[in-house]
Amino acid sequence: MSPVASGSADATASTSPASSLFRTCPSTGLSVHRSADALIKANAVVATVALLIGGIAAILVLLTRWQAVHLLDAVWFYRVLTIHGMNMLIFFILFFEMAVLYFASAVLLNCRVAAPRLGWVGFALMVVGAGMVEWMMISGRADVLFTSYVPLRADPPFYLGVILFAVGALVVVGIFFATLVVARRERTYEGSVPLVTFGALTAAIIAVITLVHGAAIYIPTYLWSLGLMDVDPQIYRLVWWGLGHSSQQINVAAMVSIWYLLGALSVGAVVVNEKISRTAFVLYIAFISMASAHHLLVDPGFGPTWKVVNTSYFMYMAVMASMLHGFTVPAGVEMGMRLRGFTQGIFGWLRRAPWGDPGFSALVLSVVVFGFVGGITGVTFGTEQINIIAHNTLRIPGHFHATVVSGTAMAFMGITYYVIPLIFRKRVAFYGLARWQPYVFSIGMLIFSMAMTFAGSFGVPRRHWDITFPDAPFELAYSPAVDLVIGVMAIGGLIGAVGGGMYILITVTSVFFGKPLGQDFSEAALEGSVPPGVYTRPFLELPTEDVELEEHGRLGQMPGTMILVSIFMAAFVVYYFVNWKLLSFVWKVG
Amino acid sequence: MHTTGVTSPLAGWWKPAHRSEKIWATVAFVWCMVLFAMMPFWHLKGGQNPSGTRARVEPEAFRARVTEFVEEYRVGEASGIPIVAPPPGSDIYLMGQMWLWYPVLRLQQDAEYTLHLSSVDVNHGFNLYPFNVNFQVVPGYDYALSITPTEAGDFRVVCNEFCGVGHHAMLGRIIVDPPGTQVGSAVPEAAVPGGES
Repeated sequence: MSPVASGSADATASTSPASSLFRTCPSTGLSVHRSADALIKANAVVATVALLIGGIAAILVLLTRWQAVHLLDAVWFYRVLTIHGMNMLIFFILFFEMAVLYFASAVLLNCRVAAPRLGWVGFALMVVGAGMVEWMMISGRADVLFTSYVPLRADPPFYLGVILFAVGALVVVGIFFATLVVARRERTYEGSVPLVTFGALTAAIIAVITLVHGAAIYIPTYLWSLGLMDVDPQIYRLVWWGLGHSSQQINVAAMVSIWYLLGALSVGAVVVNEKISRTAFVLYIAFISMASAHHLLVDPGFGPTWKVVNTSYFMYMAVMASMLHGFTVPAGVEMGMRLRGFTQGIFGWLRRAPWGDPGFSALVLSVVVFGFVGGITGVTFGTEQINIIAHNTLRIPGHFHATVVSGTAMAFMGITYYVIPLIFRKRVAFYGLARWQPYVFSIGMLIFSMAMTFAGSFGVPRRHWDITFPDAPFELAYSPAVDLVIGVMAIGGLIGAVGGGMYILITVTSVFFGKPLGQDFSEAALEGSVPPGVYTRPFLELPTEDVELEEHGRLGQMPGTMILVSIFMAAFVVYYFVNWKLLSFVWKVG
Repeated sequence: MHTTGVTSPLAGWWKPAHRSEKIWATVAFVWCMVLFAMMPFWHLKGGQNPSGTRARVEPEAFRARVTEFVEEYRVGEASGIPIVAPPPGSDIYLMGQMWLWYPVLRLQQDAEYTLHLSSVDVNHGFNLYPFNVNFQVVPGYDYALSITPTEAGDFRVVCNEFCGVGHHAMLGRIIVDPPGTQVGSAVPEAAVPGGES
């Protein structure tokens, strides 16, 4: 598999008028603004630091909830749980997404970053804000958990730190939009933006909506903490979740964009139909608020009509959007593989796929666990009545560890193995370990989140220091099955933590001590030190003329994908109706 | 010619979808309609809905109502918390506070009650063990749910919303007597629930 069009890559560097500000990527031929390089690196490095802090906190939380160990005392348990939530869900994810925004705009569009200095200002605001929040949490002045529900009160700098962080993020999102305008005006690309950029654009738009909610709740809460105004606890929950779950919709849009990106880079996945994929992204924007209402289904502040309408907008189009991407991403991989000659049978393309490429394995694992575990449980628990048997139990963190960890974080890890050679221009350290990392991380987190969800169906509460209730006025002993399930959860979580540790070891070593890559991107020079997609460049092997693929009867041109999504649909229907059945067994309530 | 997600699509990319995509989109759309329809359907036919009647209430006003309720129907005490046995059909109250569910409720199986849930300080979470029924308890709001205990037993109310460092000690109790039990008869010793059901 020799590179098809390697000649075009090196030639353009010297002809560019501002060549000192740009470099030419030897793998993709894109010219990369050096400011984009630097901003991507800075954001990615800070994201990894947050991942490390959040990961250490994760292990401490896990070893406390595992009653057999019960490591921390109550004060430190809730403190460390706060640290875990803020670092993982806010700092790690958002710094990483800032890097994604620079990549999807400046790099993919061959363009300069609009206002790079302002980019550094935004970055500095985010770092300062995050630092203030970290300091408040560690010093015990913000034991309010990730959600900081009023009237639980943290010291004012906690809220101020969150506000500064959000303003910084908003600045970076603004630079992303400006970069798109610059690229269009300077004609650095032709026609429409690539799908990955389009997906990142939807993520950025959702980020604006999210950050506006953030301002609308954290600014009043900051004033409240100073004693200057009142904040109603129910209104807080309403507006806060406009931030809290919408931010997960940023993650979904960013993750799906990265699915398309990983597919293109690792196996030459095509976009089966631009119209379908782009429409699905737009649906995320239009139905963004839905999932925010999922948190309020058993709240006293809202009536049944409000709940039914705002959970679904009558038609669950955000669910529809994810189901469309859940089809088009594997279908694009299948079609790309078939177009590149892997046409054998129904699943030949899957068997012959590069399972040792950590970018590809991360893509598959992210899609499968996000869909089968995270997606199905999320939609089911977000149903008005079923929420009665799910709210605030371990079923909820079970759900979102499958989406945001096994889905989003896994996809982010997968793309990192391409970012290290393509942006940092380093070899991937411990590459043999990197080939295994997605499997270890994903399988560990899969065991963890399934066990957690299962424990929650016994009613075990989330965010609870000791479910043996030693200090309570009455006795309560959960079924011995709960001990077993929590034990399984702990083992899965520890395996996941090993996978996370492998990722941090690999990325930190690569970035700070890794061997630089030269301009030689041949297989001989790179094999065994970067993912194969970097030098085989499978997207260059796609046929340049129209090719009609073989029809497999009723399964069409993408028969493997049709079978996979049918299995998914069956699992979804079964899980959904089993939960209605479980609900029908509990006390009558209305 | 095909493009990937990292390249600009060719002009005229707004094309008809493949047949497989159309099939899947149709299946997904129909399923989303089912997901929606199940919620109104359950309001009409199902026995478990989080509707209730909802009102604002000042925490101190709620505390006063609870105190009155306890004085009226008090039948005993368990672990220092009053046991209250209200008649079937009445309004009953459960107050969340750091870190106590107050009072202990003693109810009749298959009788309907209006359960008022509220908090006098921070958010709390009502979790009925072992039936896994969950509601958010928000200060300033009275969540009045009609409930019918469908099984007799000695139940627990776990707090499942973080409410401060004593959160894990916040455990309440609801006793449900079989139909026909005389109000005022001896309260069963606190058994460990879950084992027998």
